[in-house]
Amino acid sequence: MSLDLIIFIVLSALTLASAIGVVITRNPITSVLLLILTFFCISGHYLLMNAQFLAIVNIIVYAGAIMVLFLFVIMLMNLNKDTEPQKSTMVQFAGVISGGCLLLVILMAFQSSGIELTQTSTTVSNIGLIKVLGKKLFTDFVFPFEISSVLFLSAMIGTVVLGKKDDDIATAIQDS
Amino acid sequence: MGVLMRRNAIVILMCVELMLNAVNLLLVAFSTLYGDSDAQIFVFFIMVVAAAEVSIGLAIIVLMYRKVQSVDINILNRLKN
Repeated sequence: MSLDLIIFIVLSALTLASAIGVVITRNPITSVLLLILTFFCISGHYLLMNAQFLAIVNIIVYAGAIMVLFLFVIMLMNLNKDTEPQKSTMVQFAGVISGGCLLLVILMAFQSSGIELTQTSTTVSNIGLIKVLGKKLFTDFVFPFEISSVLFLSAMIGTVVLGKKDDDIATAIQDS
Repeated sequence: MGVLMRRNAIVILMCVELMLNAVNLLLVAFSTLYGDSDAQIFVFFIMVVAAAEVSIGLAIIVLMYRKVQSVDINILNRLKN
């Protein structure tokens, strides 16, 4: 058993356990912390698969920015109590059944697609480096890249407009 | 599954993030398998869209909490009647 395999198994177990914990835990704060752990494990998987750029971006964007945003909102609303009303048992059962059906469909599709799973060489590939990805991003994919900047601008404006209080907007309309 | 089982809007948003990350992981795995870096660019764009989506979603949740003092999605069934 090689070292790669041991690291992979440990990381996978940790990822699955924390992801399941996100779904079934009652406290939203615990849920957020487990989600951060999941994202770090997924970054470890990216590193194992030689996607160094995506591992760094995953840690910075998800664990750094998005999770802080979640934590901030939860603290702001003072929701850290365990008394969340649960859905009825039947709806939960239906959710489990439909999720299981989806898993079954994906497994069957994967099995019938005929992809042979071989152990790829994990040391010589350099497609995950920032140099390669950046060159590709600014030549072949420059148009989606610019579009995403417009998307961020619209998301920022939308968030500010939504977050403003209603009377602020009313006075702004009256002033103009 | 978490999207279907929970009633807290924030937890539902977190479960959506979890699903997006599952897709990202699968795309990176296939990109390594085939030695193609296009999939990693695609993962990058998925992350971009997810970040924008989370900011808007949390703004909507804050707005909803300010209106009804709760993040329970079962309160938001007024379109039914």
